Amino acid sequence: MSLLELDDVTRTVPIADSEALTILSGVDLKVDAGDRVSIVGRSGSGKSTLLNLLGLLDLPTTGELRWDGVDVRSIRSGHRDRIRGREIGFIFQQFNLLEGRTATENAVLPLLYADGPSFWRRERIARDMLERVGLGHRLDSLPSSLSGGEQQRVAIARALVRTPRVILADEPTGALDLETGQSVMDLLDEIVSEQGAALVTITHDPAIAARGDRHLRLDSGVLTADEATAAAAAVHRGVVT
Amino acid sequence: MTRFLTSLVGAVAEAWQEVRVHRGRVLLSLVGVTVAVSALSASVAVTELAQRAVLEQAESSSGRPFTMSANLTPGGTPPPGAADEAWFETLDRFDISYATRIVNDYAPVQFPDGVADTSMIFVDDPYATLHRTRMEQGSWFAVGDAERLAPAVVVNEAFWERIGSPDLATHPTVTSSRFDDATLVVIGVYASPSWDTEPGLMMLAGSAATALPPGAFDELMPMYEMWVPPAAGEELMRLVQSDLTARLGKGATVDVFRTDYGAFMDDPTAVLRMLTLGIGAVILLLGALGLLNIALVTVRQRIREIGIRRSMGATSSRVFFSVLMESVVATAVAGVVGVMLAVLIVKLPVVEEFLTQGMVADPPAFPMSAAVFGLVAATAVGALAGLIPAIVAVRVKPIDAIRI
Repeated sequence: MSLLELDDVTRTVPIADSEALTILSGVDLKVDAGDRVSIVGRSGSGKSTLLNLLGLLDLPTTGELRWDGVDVRSIRSGHRDRIRGREIGFIFQQFNLLEGRTATENAVLPLLYADGPSFWRRERIARDMLERVGLGHRLDSLPSSLSGGEQQRVAIARALVRTPRVILADEPTGALDLETGQSVMDLLDEIVSEQGAALVTITHDPAIAARGDRHLRLDSGVLTADEATAAAAAVHRGVVT
Repeated sequence: MTRFLTSLVGAVAEAWQEVRVHRGRVLLSLVGVTVAVSALSASVAVTELAQRAVLEQAESSSGRPFTMSANLTPGGTPPPGAADEAWFETLDRFDISYATRIVNDYAPVQFPDGVADTSMIFVDDPYATLHRTRMEQGSWFAVGDAERLAPAVVVNEAFWERIGSPDLATHPTVTSSRFDDATLVVIGVYASPSWDTEPGLMMLAGSAATALPPGAFDELMPMYEMWVPPAAGEELMRLVQSDLTARLGKGATVDVFRTDYGAFMDDPTAVLRMLTLGIGAVILLLGALGLLNIALVTVRQRIREIGIRRSMGATSSRVFFSVLMESVVATAVAGVVGVMLAVLIVKLPVVEEFLTQGMVADPPAFPMSAAVFGLVAATAVGALAGLIPAIVAVRVKPIDAIRI
């Protein structure tokens, strides 16, 4: 049983004159613990919609989306929100840190929606995670005083404080220079491996996509295997010479 | 229970962060509500104070509910004091304790700066109770005052100031040609409306009957007043009318009628209260619209933040509750500040004096009802004004919002 499973998923949205626009069509995808999935696609190919579905923020029009083997349609909205908070971590291209809040306050954010010891020890957990991403000296810094790389590290810390089982990274290095991007991805890979989580990365960048174990391409709403990226990844690892 | 507690503490922590980070916006949104609540509470308080002043003034001039008056004109050539005698017998019969004759006269009094015509009212002892007469200084008439050789009088503030505002312990006196220049001893100063600037005095009717030249008292036309329980008022009025008519015999004219403010209307301040409440409601509505406007703009500015929170696990009910609570908490705080402001305004001596016109014996503390009303109204407005932004916040699509 997979963590996340999309089975012949279609997503359409209504447009004028009772017509529907198909954004995703016949998408099949399984994500298991420890998977590294890279999805590449041009703008407008349906990446955001797929991210909405994977993050349990949206429901398919047809087909089935299963979390831990359970059709998410049968899960009540509030419970889906709680699963998302507990099991899924988001990392965004523009970091999306809350302005005016310190690094610690930003990292604490997901823990505000937790309960039990995670909630009551939230400050400590957030500080430990910031230490882990190398920001122990910037705990009280505001986003405006952090570099892009530091901001993305805060975002990674925020995504991981609840030790989620799935990390959804949406263009995680899109706003960083090449070197910083690689360094951030190294850190992300390292921590995700430590936690045994699955990492789904949506990106334009072939080098970032090549870091995955499975390579997929989203084109006009259709998800297919991405042979080119897979070959590049194999070269990168020295499997093919 | 644990989830409820963590949700509550978490929501408070979020709200506190929100207030801290958006101090300027929060303050801006509170100004309008504070002013509105202040105006509303002040108008409610002003109405209550004014109502009290109007009622006390009405009772002072025309008696407490239920006060009835009688005009008695005996028929034929009655002996002196026939009307008084009939009236006293009727009082005894119906066991009416609070009753007074009221005899109005107007006569010269010798003041230090010359002679001035002065309003004189000759009354019986219960008059002070019937008309809520409040003494500023000295005291109302006591047992035995009617037997004084030098008649005792109580005077209004204008009179007292005209004689130089003397210490009443020095037994200040005046003379009046109406009493053959007999000495009148001032024993008290009664409160009068601030617009009552002409000198006036009151004397016990018994003293006046003795001090006036022989026969002069009987030439005056007294009014007879009685204060009876309101529940029995109408019935007693009919019985008193019939009893007095019987006592005074053929040819007499007896007219008994109600004179307190209840004879004219149920509540003389109803119109004032409706007016001030109406004005207060309009002000509050404007404040609420201002708050709603700011809250809506704020939520639109916060769509991205709401999207981020949703992606981090905030449920739609948590987002709804947080946005609503921000509005409620903010307006509740604004309400407290507004009520405090209203207290300061209403309790300003100049405002209080204007409202009560010197007619309220002991100006009350700021009415609790006005404070509670202001706070409840503020909180209700906060809830209503927060409702629409909260609904908008819940409808935010997280990923779309995050990509803004």
